Amino acid sequence: MKGTFGRTVKLGISSLLLHKLRSLLTTLGVLFGTSSVIAMLAIGEGASEEAQEQIRQLGSNNVILRSVKPREDFATGASQSVRVLSYGLTEDDLGRISDTFPGVARVVPVREIYEEVRYSDRALNPRVMATLPVYREVTGRVVSEGRFLTDQDELGVSNVCVLSYDAARKLFPVSSPIGEQVKIGADYYTCVGVTLDHVRQQADSAGAGKSTAEVFIPLETGRKWYGSMQVKLRAGSREMEEVELHEIVVEVEDPINVEMVANACREMLSRNHKQGDYEIVVPLELLMRAEETKRIFNIVLGSIASISLLVGGIGIMNVMLATVTERTREIGIRRALGAKRRHIVAQFLVECVVLSVGGGLLGVALGLATPLVVEHYAEMRTIITPTAPLLAFLISSGVGVLFGIYPAWRAATMDPVEALRHE
Amino acid sequence: MTDSNSKPVAELVGVVREYRMGTNLVRALDDFSFTFGRGEYWAVMGSSGSGKSTLLNVLGCIDRPSQGDYLIDGISTKSLDDDQLSEVRGRKLGFVFQSYNLIPQLNVLENIMVPLFYQDDPPADGEERARKLAERVGLSQRLDHKPTELSGGQQQRVAIARALVNHPALILADEATGNLDSATALEILALFDELHAEGRTIVLVTHEPDVGERAQHVLRLKDGKIESVRRGQNSAAGARA
Ligand SMILES: Nc1ncnc2c1ncn2[C@@H]1O[C@H](COP(=O)(O)OP(=O)(O)OP(=O)(O)O)[C@@H](O)[C@H]1O
Ligand SMILES: [Mg+2]
Repeated sequence: MKGTFGRTVKLGISSLLLHKLRSLLTTLGVLFGTSSVIAMLAIGEGASEEAQEQIRQLGSNNVILRSVKPREDFATGASQSVRVLSYGLTEDDLGRISDTFPGVARVVPVREIYEEVRYSDRALNPRVMATLPVYREVTGRVVSEGRFLTDQDELGVSNVCVLSYDAARKLFPVSSPIGEQVKIGADYYTCVGVTLDHVRQQADSAGAGKSTAEVFIPLETGRKWYGSMQVKLRAGSREMEEVELHEIVVEVEDPINVEMVANACREMLSRNHKQGDYEIVVPLELLMRAEETKRIFNIVLGSIASISLLVGGIGIMNVMLATVTERTREIGIRRALGAKRRHIVAQFLVECVVLSVGGGLLGVALGLATPLVVEHYAEMRTIITPTAPLLAFLISSGVGVLFGIYPAWRAATMDPVEALRHE
Repeated sequence: MTDSNSKPVAELVGVVREYRMGTNLVRALDDFSFTFGRGEYWAVMGSSGSGKSTLLNVLGCIDRPSQGDYLIDGISTKSLDDDQLSEVRGRKLGFVFQSYNLIPQLNVLENIMVPLFYQDDPPADGEERARKLAERVGLSQRLDHKPTELSGGQQQRVAIARALVNHPALILADEATGNLDSATALEILALFDELHAEGRTIVLVTHEPDVGERAQHVLRLKDGKIESVRRGQNSAAGARA
């Protein structure tokens, strides 16, 4: 029995080798179908993983409120070169959330300072944030060197700062920043620590371009030196902005309540900020939306892949039908010499499966190579899950069997006498 | 020609084979009853369209009678299904065709072995048998040649070896020499004479009177019926001489 099978496969391959070009062209359909499934899955998986990681870094337990410059243009009197724009979240909002909202664990205010940061002859425009020590825990910042801000810093209104890796690297390309005096605006701050970059925890060379430079100072220090009124230089014109708080990070105790807290914030803000000068970011909702997007993406991808595999399958069927007609005589001979119907079915089915499995294997190879090329040239992350090549391969072999059945059946049910008379 | 088995090799009982041509029926075999005895060498002759090929197809179990029964080696084929009929072909019959009908992808050795591939339990010594037969028909030097690399006469020798590999009860040949020049045809006919001398049963369809003369017995057909039967005496011995 085993011998028969081996012989059938060998025979199938040798029949296919009689028409090398035709066999190769037939496999192309399956080849591209399979490889595109794998490549697209890998790219899609990579993109969604990247998006999810970014969202997760915002903290899936958090609700983030941000001040947004209102859309209405106040500068109707265009001649005025100095104007004051007052908007955004307030200390009152902060108080209401921390005092009255159920389910809230911690609330962290953030003020942004629009100042340049300098060290010796190097200057940088990072995001300078005046915030509380708990900011690190709530947002999951990781300290790689030194320490983060402390309550002492806060109480003592100290002139200390913590740099993100990106900021540290740019200001101190060779030495350690710890203990050095960094100038923020007009004042000097002692650098006490360095955190890992947030967008990508790893400070590898590929990720560095995407991370943002950040500098943290104690909240009280920020209040004391910079007040709530700040000058922002923009496109040549000076602009006065009055913003009490730029961001409020609300940490929710239990993930189940994120939705509830988010809605409470929405309602409270919409009551108190008719200007619409805020936005609410709920990472958990983003995460869910990202997952939904991924699901839809997979469905679309699946449909495209099935269509391309269908086309490949039809290609195989077409060629096999031609082959069966071409080899009618051979079928007649084999039947006359004692071949049963199942032998003929097996013979042609094996050829289809060899074609589609061959195409499938080549397709897996191409499909594994494509993401590497994409990753290299498009700087996109790709993830090849082990199931993808396996699935693609199984489906492509299945296609061979499915589309081979009809031609094989046609061959097997031929009348031997008619078949022998053919041509 | 000693007969250990009393059953005839092939027995046709009231066989009718009809073809429908539009509205009217053509009877390619018309109430045909005949018995081919074991070890006999028959030439089947008759004009074109007389039913020779149809008879051979029925004898070879690749065509079924519309009516009547056909017994091969004592087995009635009437109630056999397609698989069983295929098995009968693979075990009991050897075919030699006018146009050789070798399988192009296979080499000489593989071609000779084809009938064994499909048997329900193929013999273990298949390859040895095939080699011996190739030697017998003078092709032991060409075992790995493809059919396209052989002359017509050589191809027909392969076909004859293939028809013998399963030790068939009945060897059927339809115009086996029809495509060959007369010298090569004589070589092939000499092979048939040898097979007959060994006691094999052969039914050979031919147009050529010379070929018919060499056979032991001659059956003439006309319009699907037997026109005449001429039994010879001792052609086997004659062939050997
Ligand atoms: N498939 C078929 N369909 C219709 N009629 C057929 C078919 N096969 C054979 N016949 C008819 O049956 C009759 C006998 O045909 P057969 O092929 O047996 O003749 P033959 O004696 O072998 O002739 P030839 O010497 O030309 O080979 C003919 O009248 C032929 O037309
Ligand atoms: Mg004929």
